[in-house]
Amino acid sequence: MPGLEDLYKEIILDHYRNPRNRGELESPPAHRTEGFNPLCGDEVTLTFELKDGSLGELRIAGQGCSISQASASMMSAAVQGKSISEVRDLTRQFKSMMSIHEESIDSKELDPASTGTFQLGDLEALKGVVKFPVRIKCATLSWNTLLTGLDELEA
Amino acid sequence: MNLPSDLKDQFPLLSQIINGHQIVYLDSAASSQKPDSVIEAMNSYYRTINANVHRGAYEIAAQATEAMEMSRGQIAKFIGANSANEVVFTKNATESFNLVARSWGGQNLSEGDAVLITDMEHHANIVPWQILGAERGFEIRWIPLTSDGHLDLDQLDQLLDGVKMVSVTAMSNVLGTLNPVREIADRAHEVGALVTVDASQYVPHLPTNVNDLGADLMCFTGHKMCGPTGIGVLWGREEILDSMPPFLGGGEMILDVRRDGFTPNELPHKFEAGTPPIAEIIGLGAAVSFLESLGMAEIRQHEIQLTEYALNALGERYGDELTIHGPKDASQRGGVLSIQYRDVHPHDLSQVLDQRGICVRAGHHCAKPLMRELGVGATARASLYLYNDESDIDALVDSLEPAGEMFAL
Repeated sequence: MPGLEDLYKEIILDHYRNPRNRGELESPPAHRTEGFNPLCGDEVTLTFELKDGSLGELRIAGQGCSISQASASMMSAAVQGKSISEVRDLTRQFKSMMSIHEESIDSKELDPASTGTFQLGDLEALKGVVKFPVRIKCATLSWNTLLTGLDELEA
Repeated sequence: MNLPSDLKDQFPLLSQIINGHQIVYLDSAASSQKPDSVIEAMNSYYRTINANVHRGAYEIAAQATEAMEMSRGQIAKFIGANSANEVVFTKNATESFNLVARSWGGQNLSEGDAVLITDMEHHANIVPWQILGAERGFEIRWIPLTSDGHLDLDQLDQLLDGVKMVSVTAMSNVLGTLNPVREIADRAHEVGALVTVDASQYVPHLPTNVNDLGADLMCFTGHKMCGPTGIGVLWGREEILDSMPPFLGGGEMILDVRRDGFTPNELPHKFEAGTPPIAEIIGLGAAVSFLESLGMAEIRQHEIQLTEYALNALGERYGDELTIHGPKDASQRGGVLSIQYRDVHPHDLSQVLDQRGICVRAGHHCAKPLMRELGVGATARASLYLYNDESDIDALVDSLEPAGEMFAL
């Protein structure tokens, strides 16, 4: 039986209590994308800028539970300044970590050499969310919203 | 007379151990648990008389048909319907609303007309009207709320001007508010409008009589009243159902099919296309028997007492740190407690409660317009039913504080 300590790691609670990069950039020029979790009513608004193929500043607004807020905060810290392809790689890695298939929970350690160029670092703290399947959508909300935003810009 | 104190023993699920604790089930507004008698009735159907209904001439087919139609009769009597022909079986209350909107609305609503709903409706009584409204261009109006979670009827006369259908919940699934359906219905009828009642949260908990409510149509679902999932009811006054065109087409709902068209069946079969959920209908009949054996007035009394106990216990323990949305007076509300505790997000609150085996619902409860009115994204909702007792409330009260310590900002 997974316990609460698997879910609510200290670093997650820290990002929840002290969210990084809160707010909204003026849009335009920044790009603005909204995401919703229709199951629970969580909402996230991302505003961000692209500069020379890289993600510039990114701000997060909206409301949600500790998992969705912490994940968004950690995401913002992880993706700013990265190239778009690096951001997409990291997103893929993160979503793979959030996949509920057994193999991706246990056996497949996220080896940076094989799955991408980055270590997930602090984001690994969110790994425990997989043991609480109804909360996975909370953790992936901001990431999916960022992907939608990137797709909109590159469409 | 009080309800028997050992009611939980009749609900096998309520003896489950969850995360090391005996389950404390406080989510009956989402779905109720089922007593042995309901589970056994459905089992027995499959074991002894499983056959398609209204078709075979053989013994078990006749018995299955009889059992199904007996349930219909029980349900009709349970809600004070004038005839079993007024009880149409659907999949759930949501399908009942879609039937009303598509069939009655499709025949009667066009540009320049209006439908009046309220700010506390479930999405099931909003979106079907919006879907049809987008095609037909009629207006959807909303009765607003007062600050204490009642309907604000001050502007009702203006709101009713030009309205052909009023569709209103008898009890809010978020606030617990019991609405003055009869008063609204009388005033709606004065301007020639029909009234559809969402009784999903009402029929399971209070004595219900469609004529006393002043309803023309009423939607409710089986699984919130100790019955199975997959079975809902649309009740309608016979002349109104008679005037409405069929909703879904197929078997059972026809008298005749020719190359150039079809003739619909009589009520209620006109609205029951395809093989019905026979076991579920029989299970719902058993649920009605179970509720009648306890007495709906006794169930209501039990829930008033328990709601009052909960409001007092939560208020005394947490004071200003805790908000319960909706009316403060237990006699004006059902046992639905939407809680905001400190700044703990409902998801996190319910996660902590789950570790103690306590089941509450976190989310928008399919009432997003109401959530916006309340200024919240979600609430944690504890909802009571006949099998809950003071120990369930005590468990809830004791478990909020640890969540607050963990998530206080």
